[in-house]
Amino acid sequence: MSDTAENGPVLAADGTPLKRSLNRALRVQKTRAMLLIAPLLLFVLVSFIIPILSMLFRSVENDIVVNTLPETVPILAQWDSSTGELPSEEVYAAMARDMIKAVEAKKHTKLATRLNYEKTGIASMFRKSGRTIKKWDPEADAPFKEKFLDLHKGWGDMDVWKTIQTHSGLYTNGYFLNAIDMQKTPEGAQAQPENKQILVKLFIRTLIMSLVIMGACILLGYPIAWILANLPARQSNMLMILVLLPFWTSLLVRTSAWKVMLQQQGVINEVLVWLGLVADESRLVIINNQFGTIVAMTHILLPFMILPMYSVMQTIQPTYLRAAKSMGATNWTAFWRVYFPQSIPGIGAGSILVFILAIGYYITPEIVGGTKGVFISNRIAYHISSSLNWGLAAALGTILLVVVLILYWAYDKIVGIDNVKLG
Amino acid sequence: MAALTPISRKPLSLVLPTVAAAGAILGLFVGTANGSGLMGIIIGAAAIAGLAFVYTQVLKNEKLAKWISIVGMAALGFVLGGIPAAIIGALAGWFYSWFIYWLYEGRYRQRLLPYLTPGQVLWHYGFRVICGAIFIFLITPILVVMPLSFNSQDFFTFTPEMLRFEAEGYSLKHYQDFFTNNEWQRSFKNSLLIAPIATIISVSLGTLAAIGLSQSHVPGRRAIMAILISPMIVPLIISATGMFFFYAQIGNWMEGTLGFNKNFVGYVKVILAHAVLGIPFVIITVTATLVGFDRSLTRAASNMGADPVTTFFRVQMPLILPGVISGGLFAFITSFDEVVVVLFVGSASQKTLPWQMFTGLREQISPTILAVATILVGISIALLITLEFLRRRSERLRGMTPQ
Repeated sequence: MSDTAENGPVLAADGTPLKRSLNRALRVQKTRAMLLIAPLLLFVLVSFIIPILSMLFRSVENDIVVNTLPETVPILAQWDSSTGELPSEEVYAAMARDMIKAVEAKKHTKLATRLNYEKTGIASMFRKSGRTIKKWDPEADAPFKEKFLDLHKGWGDMDVWKTIQTHSGLYTNGYFLNAIDMQKTPEGAQAQPENKQILVKLFIRTLIMSLVIMGACILLGYPIAWILANLPARQSNMLMILVLLPFWTSLLVRTSAWKVMLQQQGVINEVLVWLGLVADESRLVIINNQFGTIVAMTHILLPFMILPMYSVMQTIQPTYLRAAKSMGATNWTAFWRVYFPQSIPGIGAGSILVFILAIGYYITPEIVGGTKGVFISNRIAYHISSSLNWGLAAALGTILLVVVLILYWAYDKIVGIDNVKLG
Repeated sequence: MAALTPISRKPLSLVLPTVAAAGAILGLFVGTANGSGLMGIIIGAAAIAGLAFVYTQVLKNEKLAKWISIVGMAALGFVLGGIPAAIIGALAGWFYSWFIYWLYEGRYRQRLLPYLTPGQVLWHYGFRVICGAIFIFLITPILVVMPLSFNSQDFFTFTPEMLRFEAEGYSLKHYQDFFTNNEWQRSFKNSLLIAPIATIISVSLGTLAAIGLSQSHVPGRRAIMAILISPMIVPLIISATGMFFFYAQIGNWMEGTLGFNKNFVGYVKVILAHAVLGIPFVIITVTATLVGFDRSLTRAASNMGADPVTTFFRVQMPLILPGVISGGLFAFITSFDEVVVVLFVGSASQKTLPWQMFTGLREQISPTILAVATILVGISIALLITLEFLRRRSERLRGMTPQ
């Protein structure tokens, strides 16, 4: 571009201004790149991102009460529970009309299950009442208040009405409150009764155990990464196989191997008994508790710590250490002041990776964790498949996801997601 | 780097205490197994120290000393604990005779820098012992599974017959069970059906997208990358729950509106779910390969009149193929190994091998799991070899020498 001083714009071969021509070429290039990416991006958005967002939405969604009791909810909203009086006949009549329709559409059991999360006993009350209510006529059988009270004493319970009133909004923070051992009550958010407070404990346990696993991985991974990076290539390639083989072996295989190792009649106990270090009747209990989970998961996640550490340590010049020693540093000083600071990026990368993976683990704790060694994931799975409290599962999942995304963001800042290497 | 350090014989005051300490460890194990640990330590230390004295001062013939210790210790082991102890004894005999001469002749200094202090030498070997222990921790669980899968009993542990190396202690019956049992076979077939199709989907879409991402001007590159990598970052249990709700609706729609077979829809759901999980691996490996790709090659091809499709298949594809294949292997193993998502999204007729293992481990524990585990370890060794081969090939193609 030496002759831009000439008059007029620079022209391309076909006579259009060069600037426009270049812009067009750039546009074509961009479109081509986007067209190549588009199918996959759409696929991931539709079949991964949207499902997860909609799952997260379930944690605040609460339209079942309004949808099932469309007439009752607005009238009940005007009822002042602090007066100590039951709702008026108007409310009972609206409830009767809503329930007749709901029972016909078989929607009342779902509503009952929903309200039962907030106050136990409502489910059976709704089911029992439903059988009689479906025979009622919304006009001929009025007034309803007495009939309801005869049907089940729960309809005369202030708390039941308060629960319905509190949880009638389209959206709720109730699931999130439940997820941190609180509950939504007519008087605002309150702590759950002592015996029901398990989730915060479980979150803390998940965090602590993930940290312990991460720490164990650092302790065991650092020497291995060091020796792999410092041995001659032939030997280190051979030893690398010992790291990569577990990495490539199926998770289920490794978990079942640990079950074999750690059982009461397992390999470790048998060897200890054979050596006479442990008496036959006092075999170590090392499975179905936190110890089992930590040992098995440390083994499973160790390669994820070693590989990033190794790739960082490979780039550290061994001459630095020799230089430090030649200037009079002891072994320890040379390592601590010269080598270790350079290897910190590897430790950071490996730690975050291991922590992210550990915090969401499900399979291994489920098999070797018993009741004491399970993680928050196991609770989520329980609420999805056994208790069917999907809202609470979604709330727990959201909290877990937020923690992971924060860590992921940190990982991206420290390591850069483009620098992830596999194998 | 091994600067050859001149070596000299070490005084007995160094050799005898060290080998005695090593002997004490062996003595501890033998002693506890036979009643008294303390007696074992004393006898072990004294025996090995005496042995060292005789070998170095009286016998002075290394080869003979080695065979005496191997045979002697094996015989001692046989008397104490039968064939397994005899084997351990032979190994111990070999180790101790080697260790005595290694110390006495000063061979441990041979490969080290001449100016190291004794403390540094000790640390050098101590560190290697620590590393060895960690490597044992890494590999033992996988090695233990293999012999156990040949157990002739329905136990998850070594039986006395196995330890005595008797033929009736071993059998192939768990393998036979795996190959004849309908449930295992069906789950194996399901895995072999689901994983390859999911891999093909994620490799074809992933490679295209990786090529797109490696162009020089991509608007919102970081955001796109973050979205495409997200299936790897989001904990599996959360992905599984999200997909559980989503694919339940999709499945109902496909069965109701499109009128597909229920079984077919089940497979489609699992395959699509697994394809998503495999995508990040393909993206990462293929973009990594494309970083080293020489762009002037494609320009040269189009200069000579090749259209973009020809350029892609004749020039670009052969060069990035190793990356694509290793990405594909990652995607394959992800799907082949996956339990959580298939547990939530699939139904009983899509039961895969890991799912079957998972239920097996949770409910009826059968050693067939160990046979399956051994087969899977075999498969992963094959994958590992393939990957290593591809890595070397890729480096050769790019003109780098293997490190």
